[in-house]
Amino acid sequence: MQAAERRVDKSKTKHEPWRDPHAEAYVRFENITKRFGDFVAVNNVSLKIFKKEIFCLLGGSGCGKSTLLRMMAGFEAPSSGAIYLDGQDMADIPPYERPVNMMFQSYALFPHMTVEKNIAFGLEQEKGLSRSEIATRVTDILDIVKLGQFAARRPHQLSGGQRQRVALARALVKRPKLLLLDEPLGALDKKLREATQFELINIQESLGVTFIVVTHDQEEAMTLASRIGVMNRGEIVQIGTPTEIYEFPMTKFVADFIGSVNMFEGQLIEDLPDRARIQSDELGGTIFVDHGISSAPSATVWAAVRPEKINILRSPPADTKENCVKGVVKEIAYMGDVSIYLVKIDTGKTVRVTLPNVERLSDDERIAWDETVWLSWHASSPVIVTQ
Amino acid sequence: MKLATARMSRAAPGRLGPVWTFLFRYGPPRWTEYVLRNWSGQRLVIAVPYLWLLVFFLVPFLIVLKISFAEFSPLGRPPYEPVFQWLEEGALQIKLLIGSYVYLFNEPLYVSSWIYSVKVALISTLLCLCLGYPMAYAIARATPTYRNVFLMLVILPFWTSFLLRVYAWIGLLKTDGVINNFLLWLGIIDEPMSMLYTSFAVYIGIVYSYLPFMILPLYSNLEKHDNTLLEAASDLGAGPIKSFMRITLPLSFPGIVAGSLLVFIPAVGEYVIPSLLGRTDQLMVAKLLSDEFFLNRDWPKASAVAIAMLMLLVVPIMIFQHFQNKELQANRR
Amino acid sequence: MTSRGLFSKSMLGFGFVFLYVPILSMIFYSFNNSRLVTVWDSANSPTLKWYARLFDDSQVLSAAWLSIQVAAMTATGAVILGTLAGLVLSRFGPFKGRAFLQGLTTAPLVMPEVITGLSMLLLFVTLEQLLNAAFGWQFDRGVMTITIAHITFTMAYVTVVVQSRLASFDDSLEEAALDLGARPARVFFRITVPLILPAILSGWLLAFTLSWDDLVVTQFVSGPGSNTLPMVIFSRVRLGVSPVVNALATIMVLIVALGVILSAILMRRQEQRRKREEQMAASG
Repeated sequence: MQAAERRVDKSKTKHEPWRDPHAEAYVRFENITKRFGDFVAVNNVSLKIFKKEIFCLLGGSGCGKSTLLRMMAGFEAPSSGAIYLDGQDMADIPPYERPVNMMFQSYALFPHMTVEKNIAFGLEQEKGLSRSEIATRVTDILDIVKLGQFAARRPHQLSGGQRQRVALARALVKRPKLLLLDEPLGALDKKLREATQFELINIQESLGVTFIVVTHDQEEAMTLASRIGVMNRGEIVQIGTPTEIYEFPMTKFVADFIGSVNMFEGQLIEDLPDRARIQSDELGGTIFVDHGISSAPSATVWAAVRPEKINILRSPPADTKENCVKGVVKEIAYMGDVSIYLVKIDTGKTVRVTLPNVERLSDDERIAWDETVWLSWHASSPVIVTQ
Repeated sequence: MKLATARMSRAAPGRLGPVWTFLFRYGPPRWTEYVLRNWSGQRLVIAVPYLWLLVFFLVPFLIVLKISFAEFSPLGRPPYEPVFQWLEEGALQIKLLIGSYVYLFNEPLYVSSWIYSVKVALISTLLCLCLGYPMAYAIARATPTYRNVFLMLVILPFWTSFLLRVYAWIGLLKTDGVINNFLLWLGIIDEPMSMLYTSFAVYIGIVYSYLPFMILPLYSNLEKHDNTLLEAASDLGAGPIKSFMRITLPLSFPGIVAGSLLVFIPAVGEYVIPSLLGRTDQLMVAKLLSDEFFLNRDWPKASAVAIAMLMLLVVPIMIFQHFQNKELQANRR
Repeated sequence: MTSRGLFSKSMLGFGFVFLYVPILSMIFYSFNNSRLVTVWDSANSPTLKWYARLFDDSQVLSAAWLSIQVAAMTATGAVILGTLAGLVLSRFGPFKGRAFLQGLTTAPLVMPEVITGLSMLLLFVTLEQLLNAAFGWQFDRGVMTITIAHITFTMAYVTVVVQSRLASFDDSLEEAALDLGARPARVFFRITVPLILPAILSGWLLAFTLSWDDLVVTQFVSGPGSNTLPMVIFSRVRLGVSPVVNALATIMVLIVALGVILSAILMRRQEQRRKREEQMAASG
């Protein structure tokens, strides 16, 4: 597949141990299944995470991502399967003996302790740490998260962003082998969230801790993650870098879940190593792609086209036979940086197109409501998924 | 803290083969380790309150149940014939007599006191609801500062002695008591009314003592109501009375049930209030039970009264527990 | 809207009059010189003579001392057992017999006192027989049996208070402590107990009051010579009013009122400080 070729290209420049078949995985989930009564929360998940990664588990609510995280922390025991951290089987190790720390979604700061005491709590549980050592480590980590002057405050005297950093410091001060973050930015407002995302990456890089992040927010996953594991109904449906997940989704679910997408159902009419054609009744035309699918002939497939990869034209293009459709603009939403157009094509389906607002246009230059337009895209744009 | 799951499960013991290899390879099993593992902290923590309640709450009921089927023997110590007895041949003899129960439902004194108890409890509960609901409503609608003061005023009597609060009504209700003196002084009545030692006095006493139990569940229900619901209703054209009947009242139903049961259940078995304020010619069941026990020393009959009273109250108690659990779960979410 | 507001407000006023007039009249007549209590002897009143009489009354004083001992022991025992039960019910997840335990803890809340009293007494009688037959042990009913009975019916209240307090904050705090390396027992003492301390304290006070106040159960399980204060009061007022009891009631009401008002003021102060600090944190 072409996608695989591209991956090889990228791996030359970046730290991407998952490309290396001989690399030793730091965290291994092996055939993990978790049942709560009749409900299967996690279904036969196998996963390898490498040292110094930020691995994001992304999925909607109830997809099993938090359960997976809680099993790593030791709060739940898997119904079957095994978890290894740095080569060690975690099964018999209770949460308080695991070299793993967690940052909770609610932060779970102890309300009856000061910031300093909250952070020192974990160190006090370790044997053989002197008071002065604990004090030094607490001061150091407070400097890292820039909370030095808030040491004597109680959690309720802090703002949301400060609380988040206390929670992070409290988990990091233990120098865990692995840090688990449950929706780390979920409780912050949008502005703060962006700033914190980069801060989090910086801290991770400077301390070299491996992160597993659970989130339902794809933007958060995209910015933070070295790799993303998309989960649905207790299973991991795709693992890949943010680019791979976005550009080369392997299933309808992933394509649909990450970003927005126009999906056209159709039959494969031509499938060669370097090109393929799909006849789609939903589109009312043919979709041409510049790579092979290697699927059964005349199989039902779906072509996913991202809204930003579609061009809007006011006059028909030279070739209207393939990757092109005529329609009428039904809705226009001006979002500032981009505009979204909903175009009703002749078959009745509505197609979503986004265009960046590069230039300021006068009213008669803009595409207007009820205008007839042609939509087209490049042969490399559609992603063909078979399930 | 999910201790139940935090403790990892060990490998389940295999069949006999591995057991033998284990025995021969490692010597006898170290039972201390077994005990430590299986009686770990959390089981101990569960066991302590559990055992206490079993021994001091459940077992006593079984004993009461047993004695209620025994035969009364006035001169015995204790005054009943054993129910279970080992005969010489090693057989177990069980003698269950339902005499006490038959008596319970045939003796007019008993029957009338059952009916009277339920009647008193019902009327007092209704009175309590009529007074408590508007009070709870007004408190829930008050501004937060007043609300706390009002709540404190409702709860405060509860912290003072129950017995003394009932006693206070003797001084108010008796023939030369405060109320009669006041009414005579006003000239509303010419001669003192006899209010003490009547059913009326018992109603007053029960309403007075149990009013906080009615108000608090009602308040905690009414306080949660979203005011926008009423605004929506009036926006849709419902008048104040209609929106109260159609919205507030149905929504507060769980509070009404909880409050009423909290009054009704103890009122049926009330002992102190009727003893101090009530009629002397008509007993309530609790008094009957205690007289049967202390005066007649008829333990089987007293036990049978207790069991019958429990049977009468078991349905209300179950309803109450049902609502109680729902409330706890609702708080959790 | 206003008419109903008026109705419920006047009912509230009436309710408070109904709740407080008996208590106030009891206090008022405690200063009356007349033995008839409710007939005001304006010539010699107000007087403190019944208070003096009360503090000479050795029966009342020794009963009060016994009641305080029993109540303190009861409250402590009930708090320990009730907290454990509350913890088990709200934190240990589903385990075998959980529903049964929940039933066992809430049933005493609504159980008529006569039934509790009778069944406890019959248990003690049975235990006496068994212990006597098996080991030749003898024990008398008294402080110990009263305390056991009181613990049993008051621990249910503590359980409910603790359980609802535990339900109000989520268990991620305890999980966080476990995650940071604290063993379960330490998590309990360093995290759970400090957080539910208000509930434990009010549970203790509640259990103390209930025990201090109990007449019916005590009557069943007490032995000869162990008369608690409610038993003494009951025997005095059975046959009508007694001015010494009025004086006693006045003192008790004053103590309780003072305590409740003080704690309310303290709580309000704390609440206000907390709100201020939260606002400060949010603004900067």
